[in-house]
Amino acid sequence: MEQEIALTAVDDQAALPLVGRLHQWVVTVDHKRLGLMYIGGGLFFFVIAGLQAVTMRLQLAFPDNHLVAPQVFNRLMTMHGTAMVFLVGMPILTGFFNYLVPLMIGARDLAFPRLNSFGFWLWLFGALLLYFSYIGGDGLYGAGSAPDVGWFAYAPLTERAFSRGNSTDYWILSILLTSVGSTATAINIVATTFSMRCKGMALGKMPVLVWLALVVAFLMLVALPPLSAAQAMLLLDRYLGAHFFDTQAGGSAILWQHFFWIFGHPEVYILVLPAFAFASEIIPVFSRKVIFGYHVMVAASCAIGFISLGVWAHHMFAVGMTPAGNAFFAASTMLVGVPTGIKIFNWLGTIWGGKLRFRVPMLFSLGFLFQFMVAGLSGIMLGVAPFDWQLTDTYFVVAHFHYVLIGGIVFMIFAAIYYWFPKATGRMLNERLGKWHFWLFLIGFHLTFDPLHFAGLHGMPRRIYTYQPGRGLEGLNLLASIGAVVQALAVLIFAVNVLYSLANGEEAGPDPWDAWTLEWSTTSPPPEYNFAIEPEVRSRRPLWDLKHPEDPDWQYE
Amino acid sequence: MASAAATPIPAPAVEEWTLPSRGRVGVLALILTESAFFSIFVAAYVFYIGKSLSPPYPRDVLSPPIVNTVCLLSSSVSIVFAVRALRMGHTRVFGMWWLVTLALGLEFLAGTALEWHRLIYREHFTIATNLFGTTYYSLVGLHALHVTVGLVMILIVMVLTAGGHVTRRDAEHTELLSWYWHFVDAVWVVVFTTVYVIGR
Amino acid sequence: MLATQLIPRWPEKPLYLVKRCILLGAALVIGAAPTAASDWGVGAANSHLTHPQVFAPVSTPARDIETLAWFTIAVCAGIALIVGGLLAYSIVRFRARPDDDGREPPQVYGSNPIEFAWTVVPLLIVFVLILTTARTIYTVQAAPRPPTALSVRVIGHQWWWEIRYPDLDIVTANEMHVPVSDPAHPAPTFLELESADVAHSFWVPQLAGKTDLIPNRKNVMWIDPHTPGTYLGQCAEFCGTEHGLMLLRVIVQPRAQWEDWVASQRRPAARDGAAGHGREIFESTACVNCHTVRGTVADGRFGPDLTHIMSRDTLGAGAAMNTPDNLKTWIKDPNLIKPGVLMPAMNLNDAELADVAQYLETLR
Ligand code: HEA
Ligand code: HEA
Ligand code: HEC
Ligand code: CUA
Ligand SMILES: [Cu+2]
Repeated sequence: MEQEIALTAVDDQAALPLVGRLHQWVVTVDHKRLGLMYIGGGLFFFVIAGLQAVTMRLQLAFPDNHLVAPQVFNRLMTMHGTAMVFLVGMPILTGFFNYLVPLMIGARDLAFPRLNSFGFWLWLFGALLLYFSYIGGDGLYGAGSAPDVGWFAYAPLTERAFSRGNSTDYWILSILLTSVGSTATAINIVATTFSMRCKGMALGKMPVLVWLALVVAFLMLVALPPLSAAQAMLLLDRYLGAHFFDTQAGGSAILWQHFFWIFGHPEVYILVLPAFAFASEIIPVFSRKVIFGYHVMVAASCAIGFISLGVWAHHMFAVGMTPAGNAFFAASTMLVGVPTGIKIFNWLGTIWGGKLRFRVPMLFSLGFLFQFMVAGLSGIMLGVAPFDWQLTDTYFVVAHFHYVLIGGIVFMIFAAIYYWFPKATGRMLNERLGKWHFWLFLIGFHLTFDPLHFAGLHGMPRRIYTYQPGRGLEGLNLLASIGAVVQALAVLIFAVNVLYSLANGEEAGPDPWDAWTLEWSTTSPPPEYNFAIEPEVRSRRPLWDLKHPEDPDWQYE
Repeated sequence: MASAAATPIPAPAVEEWTLPSRGRVGVLALILTESAFFSIFVAAYVFYIGKSLSPPYPRDVLSPPIVNTVCLLSSSVSIVFAVRALRMGHTRVFGMWWLVTLALGLEFLAGTALEWHRLIYREHFTIATNLFGTTYYSLVGLHALHVTVGLVMILIVMVLTAGGHVTRRDAEHTELLSWYWHFVDAVWVVVFTTVYVIGR
Repeated sequence: MLATQLIPRWPEKPLYLVKRCILLGAALVIGAAPTAASDWGVGAANSHLTHPQVFAPVSTPARDIETLAWFTIAVCAGIALIVGGLLAYSIVRFRARPDDDGREPPQVYGSNPIEFAWTVVPLLIVFVLILTTARTIYTVQAAPRPPTALSVRVIGHQWWWEIRYPDLDIVTANEMHVPVSDPAHPAPTFLELESADVAHSFWVPQLAGKTDLIPNRKNVMWIDPHTPGTYLGQCAEFCGTEHGLMLLRVIVQPRAQWEDWVASQRRPAARDGAAGHGREIFESTACVNCHTVRGTVADGRFGPDLTHIMSRDTLGAGAAMNTPDNLKTWIKDPNLIKPGVLMPAMNLNDAELADVAQYLETLR
């Protein structure tokens, strides 16, 4: 039945020589190709930043270790954090939105394809600039190569007086560029969802993923500028002798922290909402049930977006705010748990009474559900301000955010890759290797980050290049380091799986998962124009309507 | 699906389908993100009012640029007239109002340039002097930068108009440009209030 | 349709591979071991002390926090068990069976009463948490300062702690001595926290939560340790290269012992004739630009006050134990102990080195 609306892709690709094909990728304005390039680029930096993390873990495997020098460790730490957030999380997630949003709303491209390609290249060159700092960061004073100020780069450590050379400038410029790129994507997504929906797709009939893309885009529009503005100020300080964060001239170190976290906290929701989006598409399909409480899901996402703009100072409980300030931010922080909990409960409601199929995307999603819940609860502990006075800047925080970032986001990124790989390439990823990947990664992840909670409670601050023996930290750190290596092996299996399946994977067909949203109605991979005939929908699950004409969704929505 | 028993239920027809133009949505999104950007600079300005460790202080060197402000605000009116004229197809009238807008914008920019020239060369007051200099030059400079960008775009349209390439079809584009211009003006109202009213 | 068949379960095979991978990982990790270097005696010294744990408080703020922490952990663990249990149950209960008839399960679109319930219950829990949190915030932060409280100024430097007792005219570094405060006669210590360069954070887990030391700003925190002992802590805000070795000790002493310490710290620097030569070298070298030895020409403030350096257990903010050998190594090249440190190697020859070390050893 779906063949009625599916089309065979016009394959003029194979005919071209390699250079020609590369050229096509470089000049493309097609949202699907740009999406894949974002994802590919993000995965590339994931491997690099991941290897940097493994190096850190090896240094920390034993007390008083001298595998790397302190400066080198600090650069690894800064580059790992910055890269994972700006060069891995952001591009992979915008990549998926790029790829999926037009397909899911039955459009032929994003609203501004050229702006999209502009954003991608800005991002790419920003990313390269960050790593170029290893070569170019020496600057006039020969001080330092890569930046070593930590990913939130607290002032005044970043001022000329304490950070000579150009490494911090590379950090600033690279983040400025990638942020402008992300802003371009955000504008595009907003305009696309408002103006490009196919006939019949009212706002209330968009897939949950598209709603979340919209919320994320709005968050980007309001949360990235504070970062860019702060970076611009820092640049003025460093190059024109301005004093924004120059404490010797009366400037304020706290102001930077406020500006950074006004961006930084919404940023973590910018990263996690896409993971929610994938979960909201994948869990229903593998439970064989419609998403539970669509409207509530959408409302909760909007609520998370709003509340997350007012909680930033929970990263600053130790800077000496007034009791009232601490109490306010503790309260708003814990309040975020309510809409987030609603989302978890609705996924649970979706699973309840379904017929679960434990394919790899579903396995990763289930891992996500457990781990994200635990991570959120450790977030609540951090939100309890007095408890945070003990926990802040310790490995407990490191464990909390890797639980969200890996246990939540990376797990969902893997789920999404296994789920949409067939759509993008026409071939399935290997199920067997996928299961190896899942179990190993799960074990490695827990081996690494479960013990680190206890390291934090045991007085281990973060960002230390070594620790001393006799404080009860040896065993915990050794376990964590072994876990990191296990994670690396799992990622290796994943890489093998992708390469192997690209060539030898099972043919997927247009709709391998028996799913319900519009992207599965066109061929795999979709043709450049996505849909031969612009689709027309009547419900949130147009393919369900097609497959079940006797019991279509629009009766109930 | 194999399992689907027959008896399809006829689908309701989709009613008329209109969506906002993507240009408008895009420009509104741009304005939203720009507002966030400006608010951080305004916040920094307000935060540092009265915190400079050394002179000069705003009261010593600043006087409200009234003429400039009037010019910039009236340019917001003239651009509305221009767009309205174009929508009705009066290209000549459009060109005239557009030119007025351009001139008013240039006057504003020139006014700022003169003010800066006076501050830098006569008062020896720069971005590195103190916190007031830091915040003043960056906030006013950021706004001036936006004015400049707006003027470049207005100039391009002016050149195209002179060449006879702008017609009624382009009304929407000029309107989008006018939205951006209104935004720049609105920001000026905020900047003016913070720098020359509250901050003095 | 493709997706309906289920992948059969595998026997122990995955576990087997996992074991192999863990072995392989362990091999890689052990490969990093030979790079582990000397700990300059710190490990052995630490093993006599309690671990700097959050859950072993000996001071009121830390104790208040611990109570709140256990409450929070209990609430969160309860939520985790219930929600996790429901998840696990539904995963097992609703798995597709091999004898599945291939029909879709009933489609449930939502339910307002249920949505309402799982909005309100978390709201109530959060409300309780907020109230308890606010109470502890106020009891810790807004505690009045008794007039008898001891004041200590702590000034963070890259990468050491300057510790001043303004009312007692004492300056020391890295190791703070405070009197024990028995609950019957509370004698809390109030810390004024400042920074000379970048942001740092004062953290001794058993005594209190952390408070940052921020340039251009004065923060306050307090402790009232109930039990004598040495408590480990360290800088908890990234402050540059040697942030990792910016360690801190608080030595809590019974009143009388503490007063002895105060008296000995107030004495000017010792002047031992035998070390005269070392002193001349010290005073004619750049040492004096950065270090103070009270009563001599040395009045630098860039590095720690050395007037009573030998009264301290450690060197270089806890990087090494204060032994004659370590002291010599430190003066020879502090980078050997604390790479990246802001004190330069002074290029003294062996004889000068021995003399200077001998001199420093007289500064008790
Ligand atoms: C995607 C990323 C992500 C996400 C989603 C979150 C989610 C949350 N985070 Fe986290 N966080 C980070 C990434 C993230 N965080 C990062 C990167 C840092 C460190 C940055 C740095 O310093 O480098 C950080 C740091 C951080 C801190 C500062 C720690 C410190 O430095 O001192 C705090 C403090 O409040 C905090 C709290 C929270 C809370 C309350 C949530 C909540 O949103 C969680 C909500 C979820 C739940 C609560 C679970 C599910 C709910 C239920 C089952 C319902 C029932 C629950 C209740 C009734 C409570 N986080
Ligand atoms: C999305 C975000 C993200 C992700 C995925 C990760 C992933 C990991 N992180 Fe990271 N981390 C951060 C974000 C992230 N981190 C941030 C923001 C910080 C704070 C930085 C700061 O303080 O400034 C941080 C800090 C941080 C620290 C604390 C440093 C410190 O405070 O001193 C540690 C220490 O253990 C750590 C470890 C790890 C590990 C072991 C992984 C692993 O999960 C990594 C797994 C990936 C791999 C192992 C790659 C595998 C590659 C291969 C196998 C090669 C294959 C080869 C080919 C294909 C050719 N991270
Ligand atoms: C450029 C400044 C500078 C000079 C010159 C200098 N020091 Fe230092 N010194 C420091 C700093 C900074 C520290 C703290 C290092 C740290 O812990 O990170 C320090 C620490 C020390 C310590 C350890 C103190 C403690 O309590 O931990 C000793 C001992 C010492 N210096 C002796 C000397 C001697 C002897 C000389 C001259 C031969 C000297 N210093 C010259 C800056 C200097
Ligand atoms: Cu001082 Cu970290
Ligand atoms: Cu946060």
